[in-house]
Amino acid sequence: MPFHIPEDYYYTKEHEWAQVDENIVTVGITEFAQDSLGEIVYVELPEEGQKITQGQTFGVVESVKAVSDLYAPVSGTVIEVNASLGDDPSVLNDDPVNEGWLVRIEMDTEKELANLMRAPDYKKLIAEK
Amino acid sequence: MKKTPLAETHVKLGARMVDFAGWYMPVQYVGLREEHDNVRKNVGLFDVSHMGEVRVKGPKALETLEWLTTNDVARLNDGEAQYSLLPNDQGGLVDDIIVYCLSKNSDYLVCVNASNKDKDFAWMTKHNKGADMTDESDKWGQIAIQGPKALELCDRVFGVSGGFKVSEMKPFTVKSGEFKGHKIMVATTGYTGEKGCEVFVEAAGTDALWMTLLEQGKDLGVMPIGLGARDTLRTEMKYSLYGHEIDDTTNPYEAGLGWVIKPAKKDFMNKAQIVGVKDAGLKQNLVGFKMLEKGIPRQGYALFSFDNKEIGKVTSGTHSPSLDEPIGIAYIDVAYAKEGTEFLLDIRGRKVKAVVVKTPFVTK
Repeated sequence: MPFHIPEDYYYTKEHEWAQVDENIVTVGITEFAQDSLGEIVYVELPEEGQKITQGQTFGVVESVKAVSDLYAPVSGTVIEVNASLGDDPSVLNDDPVNEGWLVRIEMDTEKELANLMRAPDYKKLIAEK
Repeated sequence: MKKTPLAETHVKLGARMVDFAGWYMPVQYVGLREEHDNVRKNVGLFDVSHMGEVRVKGPKALETLEWLTTNDVARLNDGEAQYSLLPNDQGGLVDDIIVYCLSKNSDYLVCVNASNKDKDFAWMTKHNKGADMTDESDKWGQIAIQGPKALELCDRVFGVSGGFKVSEMKPFTVKSGEFKGHKIMVATTGYTGEKGCEVFVEAAGTDALWMTLLEQGKDLGVMPIGLGARDTLRTEMKYSLYGHEIDDTTNPYEAGLGWVIKPAKKDFMNKAQIVGVKDAGLKQNLVGFKMLEKGIPRQGYALFSFDNKEIGKVTSGTHSPSLDEPIGIAYIDVAYAKEGTEFLLDIRGRKVKAVVVKTPFVTK
């Protein structure tokens, strides 16, 4: 199945994406992740103002079948949470790479971006799955 | 990984395949919810060929099964089946099973869980009372046909080739026949709460039967169903799944399975200990519950009272596709087991309110 993998995003090996706009990073899950999870019925996200750390879990998405942790692509402070997901998490299945964004983070240091994958490497990773 | 006779067909039909108890099995075809709803609304086909079959024959067959199982095997006449349990000698369960009587006193088929098959066969062989016991698991494929339109589909397919109508069979009965030259046994049993049957078919005929059912059921909306929906369907009925509600430590009375234990009728493996737990007063019950606050229960989550005492553990939990809300099954201290009792569920460190409810969650 061809997944939409935006070229200008960064990716984690746990299938989160990060879109960087100066020091503000928007975070979501990839189309591959939503496809593997199946119908998403519940999302648990941090509060605004909460500190999160690169590589650590910051929330959870649940499908009918399974619980899946969310891993922070960068360290920083949560400045915005996609509140609409609480009422209708199906957006995560329909459009995970745009409308289904999870949180916006004020990143501590852009040096951490070096630990993330770019689109070509991420494509390789999921091709092996 | 072991493969059922339908493995290639699942892949061809576009299923997502996973390793389930060492078997290469379809977890999902088009989507869990769509498959689940289709079983509740129309009819679905399940590949359950991974289930094990143990044949117990000969003059000591009945005596052996009476000793190994908790239910009243002597009550079964030709063509009748019963849900039952294989107790171990430690107070728990080796497995839950269905016993099919093919010929009273002398010929029975025992259907066991895929994940337990080798353990069960070893156990049954070790405690055999002189029956002729064979592991026939490789000989049989098995297809479950379930849903409100299942019987109509079965009559179309087996009315012609088998010469009998499944719609006229009573629940928990079994009939032998043929399908395209392959032996079949059609049993009116299931794991979804819907009408239907489970068909044992000689392995080589499994694929032909599967394809025929799909073809003949097109106008009924037949769909192949993966293990994902099989689990949500059985959870909505609060049917036990080995490794979740029951295991080698479970007292079957606590699991709510007292209706398949017949201590007044007969002696059986470890009867004194199993019945002793009941006579001493059960400490916990298996109950269904729903959430009063946000969150989805999952196996292993702990239950707490409002004064912060741990009072139980979740055995199964999911988001119910039929009800579109979270549901759970849990062992809970008897003091809290009454319908309507509220408690706290620890969801990854967050304690949220839940309430004991009547089961099955979905009434048919």
